[in-house]
This record gives sequence, structure tokens and C-alpha cells, in this order.
Amino acid sequence: MSAVISTDICIIGAGPVGLFAVFEAGLLKLRCHVVDALPQPGGQLSEIYPKKPIYDIPGFPEILAGDLVDNLLKQIAPFHPTFTLGERVERFAKLDDGSFQLYTTDGTEIQCKAVAIAGGLGSFEPRKPAVENLERFEGGKGVHYMVRDPEHFRDKKIVIAGGGDSALDWTNFLANVAADVTLVHRGTTFRGAADSAEKVKNLHEAGKIKLVLSSNVTHLHGNGHLEQVTITGNDGRTETVPLDAFVPLFGLTPKLGPIGDWGLALDNDAVVVDTVDYSTSLPGVYAIGDINTYPGKLKLILCGFHEAALMCQGAFKYIYPDKKYTLKYTTVNGAPSL
Amino acid sequence: MSDIRIYVEEAPGQRRELPAPTDMGLSLMELLKASDYPIQATCGGMALCATCHVEILAGPPLPEPSDDEWAMLDTLPQLHETSRLSCQIRLAPNLDGLVVRVAEPA
Ligand SMILES: Cc1cc2nc3c(=O)[nH]c(=O)nc-3n(C[C@H](O)[C@H](O)[C@H](O)COP(=O)(O)OP(=O)(O)OC[C@H]3O[C@@H](n4cnc5c(N)ncnc54)[C@H](O)[C@@H]3O)c2cc1C
Ligand code: FES
Repeated sequence: MSAVISTDICIIGAGPVGLFAVFEAGLLKLRCHVVDALPQPGGQLSEIYPKKPIYDIPGFPEILAGDLVDNLLKQIAPFHPTFTLGERVERFAKLDDGSFQLYTTDGTEIQCKAVAIAGGLGSFEPRKPAVENLERFEGGKGVHYMVRDPEHFRDKKIVIAGGGDSALDWTNFLANVAADVTLVHRGTTFRGAADSAEKVKNLHEAGKIKLVLSSNVTHLHGNGHLEQVTITGNDGRTETVPLDAFVPLFGLTPKLGPIGDWGLALDNDAVVVDTVDYSTSLPGVYAIGDINTYPGKLKLILCGFHEAALMCQGAFKYIYPDKKYTLKYTTVNGAPSL
Repeated sequence: MSDIRIYVEEAPGQRRELPAPTDMGLSLMELLKASDYPIQATCGGMALCATCHVEILAGPPLPEPSDDEWAMLDTLPQLHETSRLSCQIRLAPNLDGLVVRVAEPA
């Protein structure tokens, strides 16, 4: 996909801190575009612990991480932020007029007046299995590490690998979409949700999917595009299966990724900031939340929210050096919107 | 109070000895992190991230993994028969002599 998006602040990272930054920017009438490598907003809260209660958010004696993300999305809706999800920001360039141009892995281009990095632990990247030729078929040639649009697999032959919840859930879902679904799992039992495992078993017994247990996908073959996979059993026996797509689903793990190569001052993989406005060593680029470091830094959502508020004041001054801003309380101005 | 010894295999045949206290309720993950091994432990030891994956190479038998530990281990693409989450292993006197290898980050 290729598109050019124009906005005031581009926020890299849709974790809680990136989302709250949209609100704070909105109070200053600054428009935001948010990019995240994950297909859904919420960062660590959605990816690692959506069902866990958090106890240290002011005003909420207890709130589930997933509910906090939903509330943040509701709170920023009046500001109409736009999102690019499922794409990682790869490169950025500062232009002569002080604005920025950002590029994602999928070729989306974002033009903005300021950049707020709210990248947390880095972008969540798929855990890759040790399969021969895996990388050769990435990038639209047949290997998919996430299911972004199930329609992409309509009437295709697919092999899914994995034994966790996402492998089970997508096997169940795609059984009704794809022409042919094979699930390969190295064990004999599934430890994902019991009802999803039951559904997979029932679909297999009804002949709607194939289930290959005690096995791993070990080789990929094809000429330009993926055509076949070799599945090797724990007993050493091999089988070659024709297919259109291979979907290894082994979860995601955070990696600092490209942010480390953008020339910003770093300390131990964290971006060094000035606590006056959370600006980095490059004017116009800010870093908030878990990704930054300064004396006394605490990696807490609460602290990230505070950083977002101060960051937006700094970004406003960077974007409009001649405009004066006076702080207004939301209680005085009523329900905020752009 | 007695210290035990945990060995980390850094290369084939090359083991580093780590003295470990057993009276502080530490996990193996905390010991490895404190000894500067590249363990992210993103979830802080809640069996939610698998970034503290180790292989057990030798030593005394360990208690079986809990269901939560198994469920997380199952999401790893490179799982070995002796894979464990180091955050789920409490340092106790009966672990004296345990030999582990820190798994490559997935
Ligand atoms: C198990 C657990 C329990 C916790 N409990 C609490 C608690 O009780 N209270 C508390 O305050 N904190 C808690 N935390 C910490 C809290 O989750 C973090 O402080 C918070 O998530 C930081 O938010 P963030 O927005 O800075 O980053 P994250 O939540 O990490 O979000 C960053 C986002 O940026 C994206 N990203 C990174 N790089 C790129 C790129 N180049 N392109 C596109 N996207 C990118 C990532 O995909 C990610 O979605 C807990 C953490 C864990 C793991
Ligand atoms: S530290 Fe997260 S699983 Fe062990």
C-alpha cells in the first residue's frame, strides 16, 4: 500500500502514552497521525496483558488494561486522529523547512511538522521459526506473520504453524474463508483456550481442516512465490504440501528496531530527552513513555501521560514559534474537540 | 543462609559460575539479569512474555512447569525439550549445581 498522509504531529507508537498524546495535542488544536507496527492500538497493554487489572491510574482504583485502552480511544475520538496500523516506521528525514517525512515498512509516507516517538519497548516483531528459506518468501511472496485481512486468504490453500491462541483462533476463522487449511503443531496437545482447541478438533474430525501434530514446517520451496512446504514429523518422516500461503503464528516480541538508527542520542537503547519538554537531541523530535530516559525515569503509564502533556507544549512552540499559548482548563472550555 | 552455584554455559564447554543466594526469593531470571545476561524480561516475571527463555542443560530435577508457563513456552518457535521460563524458577537450596543456557532471543 502506498499513501501520503499530512498532519501536524506524527506519533510513532499507539501504546497508552502515544494515545494520550493525541488528547493533549488536540487541546492545542494540533492534528495527529498515529503509526503502530501492531494491528491494534494499546501497545504492551493490548499485546501482553489486556486482561490484567492496573491499580495505579489516577481516578481508577482498578481498571483492566484492555479497558484503559478502550477509554483512551474514546477520549481521543473527538480529535479525529488517523491511524496506520500494522506498519512499522522505518526511516525519517528532516526537511529544510524543519518539517519531517516518515516512511513505513509498507511504503506509507507521512509528512508532519513534529515527531513524537512513543515507541515503548520498541516495535513488536513476530517471533520467527527456524524454517529454511523463510526470509526469501517474506514481503508478499507467501509468508505472513499476522492475519491483517482474512479476505486475503479467501479460496487459498494455507498452512498455519503454532500451538497458541492466535494459531487456534485463526485456524477456526479461516476454515470458513480459505479453500484449504492445515494446522501444524509440534506437540500433541494445545495449551490455548480450551474451547478454541475443541473447535479445531471438531473441524478436523468433520474433514474441514487438516491437523498435523508432532511436526514442524521445516522448508519452504517456490520460484519467486511460495509453492510448497515440507513438514517434518518428530519421528523424522517428511511430507511436501502444495500451498499459497504459510502463516507462522508464534506471537510477538519487542525489538527496539529502526529507532536506534535515527541518529538520536541514546543511552542503553533508550532515547535521551530534556525533561523540560521531552525533546530529543534533534529539534522537532520528541520521545515520551517507556522509550525515553532521563535522571529519575520511571517506566509507568502515569509518568508517560505527564510527559505527553509537556511534550505537546514543546511541539506547539516548535511548530508555531511566534504564537503564544495560554493554558486553559478543560473544565472551563467544555468538551474538547479540534 | 546458604549460597548455591548456578552455571551458565556461554559457549560449548565454557561455563560461568554464578553464586546465588536462596534466602531472597529471587528467580533465576533475576539472577541472570543481575549478572548482565541479555534478558529483556519485559513482563517482569509474570510468564507473559517469554523473553527470559533458558534451556536447562544439567543438574538437579526441577518442578514441572505450571500451566501458565507451558502456555507461554508453547508460543516459542524454537522450543527445546528442556526449555523453561527462568522467571518461573525460584532459587532454592535444591537447585545447587543447575546448568543453564540463555536462549537466543526469538
Ligand atoms: C505485565 C506488565 C504489567 C504492567 N503493569 C503496569 C501497571 O500496573 N502500571 C503502570 O503504570 N505500568 C505498567 N506496566 C508498564 C506499562 O505497560 C508501560 O509503561 C506502558 O505500556 C508504556 O507505554 P508506551 O505507550 O510508552 O509504550 P508501549 O505500550 O510499549 O507501546 C509502544 C508502541 O510503539 C510501537 N512501536 C515501537 N516502535 C515502532 C516503530 N518504529 N513503528 C511503529 N510502531 C512502533 C510498538 O509496536 C508499541 O505498540 C506494565 C507492563 C507489563 C509488561
Ligand atoms: S520475564 Fe516475562 S515470561 Fe519471564
